[in-house]
Amino acid sequence: MDFHIFLIQLLNGVQYGLLLFLVASGLTLVFGIMGIINVAHGSFYMIGAYLAWSLAAQVGSFWLALPVAIALSVLIGLALEWLVVRWLYKRDHLYQVLCTYGLILVFEELRSVLWGDDVRSLPIPAPFNYSIPLTDTLSYPVYRLWISAVCLAVAFGLYFVIQKTRLGMMIRAGATDRDMVQSLGINIQLIYRIVFAAGIALAAFAGMIAAPISAVAPGMGNHVLIICFVVVVIGGLGSVKGALIASLMIGLVDTFGKVVHLELGGVKLLPELSSMTVYVLMAGILLWRPAGLFGKKL
Amino acid sequence: MSATRGNGWTGVLALALIALVLAFVPLVAEKFYVQFFAKILIMAIFAMSLDLLLGYTGLVSFGHAAFYGVAGYALALITPQYQAANFWTSFPLAIAVSALLAFAIGFVVVRMQGIYFIMVTLAFAQMLFFLFYDTKIGGGNDGIYIDLRPVARIGDWQPFNLDNFAHVYYLALALFVLVFLLLRMVLASPFGRVIAGIKANEHRMQSLGYGTFWYKLACFVLAGATAGVAGYLAAVQFGVVNPEMLGWHLSGAVMMMVILGGMGTLTGPVLGATVWMLLELWFQDITKHWHLLMGAFIVLTAILLPNGLIGLYGSLARRLARNHD
Repeated sequence: MDFHIFLIQLLNGVQYGLLLFLVASGLTLVFGIMGIINVAHGSFYMIGAYLAWSLAAQVGSFWLALPVAIALSVLIGLALEWLVVRWLYKRDHLYQVLCTYGLILVFEELRSVLWGDDVRSLPIPAPFNYSIPLTDTLSYPVYRLWISAVCLAVAFGLYFVIQKTRLGMMIRAGATDRDMVQSLGINIQLIYRIVFAAGIALAAFAGMIAAPISAVAPGMGNHVLIICFVVVVIGGLGSVKGALIASLMIGLVDTFGKVVHLELGGVKLLPELSSMTVYVLMAGILLWRPAGLFGKKL
Repeated sequence: MSATRGNGWTGVLALALIALVLAFVPLVAEKFYVQFFAKILIMAIFAMSLDLLLGYTGLVSFGHAAFYGVAGYALALITPQYQAANFWTSFPLAIAVSALLAFAIGFVVVRMQGIYFIMVTLAFAQMLFFLFYDTKIGGGNDGIYIDLRPVARIGDWQPFNLDNFAHVYYLALALFVLVFLLLRMVLASPFGRVIAGIKANEHRMQSLGYGTFWYKLACFVLAGATAGVAGYLAAVQFGVVNPEMLGWHLSGAVMMMVILGGMGTLTGPVLGATVWMLLELWFQDITKHWHLLMGAFIVLTAILLPNGLIGLYGSLARRLARNHD
């Protein structure tokens, strides 16, 4: 493989992985801290993308639409925790899955009512809508680099909030022992609401910034959801560090699986079966480490 | 524990009565409804097979559609071009394929627990999905049409004709009753007690000397084979197989039917599948955006009914009994 093509695929893989991390980190936080399996998480990725698309069309600027869309998704998250999720804390995981599966149907249909079923696209916003030339024929879009940078900044921000702030301390304590934290006079209900809304906002934000480089389409949340569960399980449930490493692994494996040619005994494996690579990776890792890379032993 | 478990023969009597009523459906209903009822029966078989894992053994499989789908594909692939397959050979063969696949996958996955079991079963089902979706083995994305339904001829005698929609319905009904009784028998046998023990406390069963791995694997294979029965019937009824039959959407939907109806009972999944399909039909009639109603219904059930629909029946019965005293 040519060096420049390799470089482009490497950057693409990292960018895809980091974007996955934004979605997966919300999923793993909500599970790790609140003990909730939210299968509707992918829907917020889709909602984020549609919000960005429709608001950008209304106000005429992607950059103005972004803060409004973030604020809206935080509000949706808060409302949803209050309306639905808070009834599920003490329930079996399967009922959480059932309930949030219902939410997928609701959100998918609301999207259809509000924004229709057409595939939409968003132009790449202004200062980043050019490419850096690598050779005479190859170039790399700056917007993708911007996405990677933003995702890294968010990852660092998450680390800082959880590990270094008072709020983070309360969140970590709440994950360990909910009742003890509550009896120390901390409003754990409020903490949970904040964590849930933050998780939703992370997924929605990922959808917003991904909107200009991917099709804004019905069902886009479902694909992301499944991949994010793969990420979360490889990384170890509840581990943000694990989610970061697993996202990058998945991003690279998926990207290179589509361009590398691999034959075994005359049977063409890659790129023909590239869609299978991430699942093969997951099965392999879980056979080796049944609780994921950074998960607590079951 | 559900109040409906261990009701002795009342369950079988109720089943006999229901089967008797259902036997009259093709005599009175239009083709559409007969086919619709056949679909309910097929989904009920599928849901019961999953409940064997979900409710009885405590193995939450999120890839159960794989075994349903491969049975359908098995029929489609052994049906020769421009010719019909033989029912008496293709039916056991399709189930054997499902069982074999369940053995292979189960051998790897039944060691795992909790969410990791959920995800690895999903991973294997997705691998299979993409194998059929991305390659030409099974017609790719479009799937395969089964233009000629399997023929059930023994010598010159043809007991039923699967080109006739009523006969497909009766086959589904007969297999539904068979599967129900078979699973009931298995669950009441010593094997079933071991399974229940594993769900309650696997370590204790191990220290009692049971090789729990093999019991769980046997359960996984039985569930896979039973799902194969449903998949074969679906392929016969719809005359087409496609990758969606193996996809996680279907795995999710059937899991929802089981949880909705009530896990750990045989009637629960049957009820869940029936209510699910009836609601779908009804909501589709009301509005184009019927997913909204379906979703709201699921959310409310999950929040309000801690043991599914069958649990509602149980708690009502208990309340009545208390008032009676």
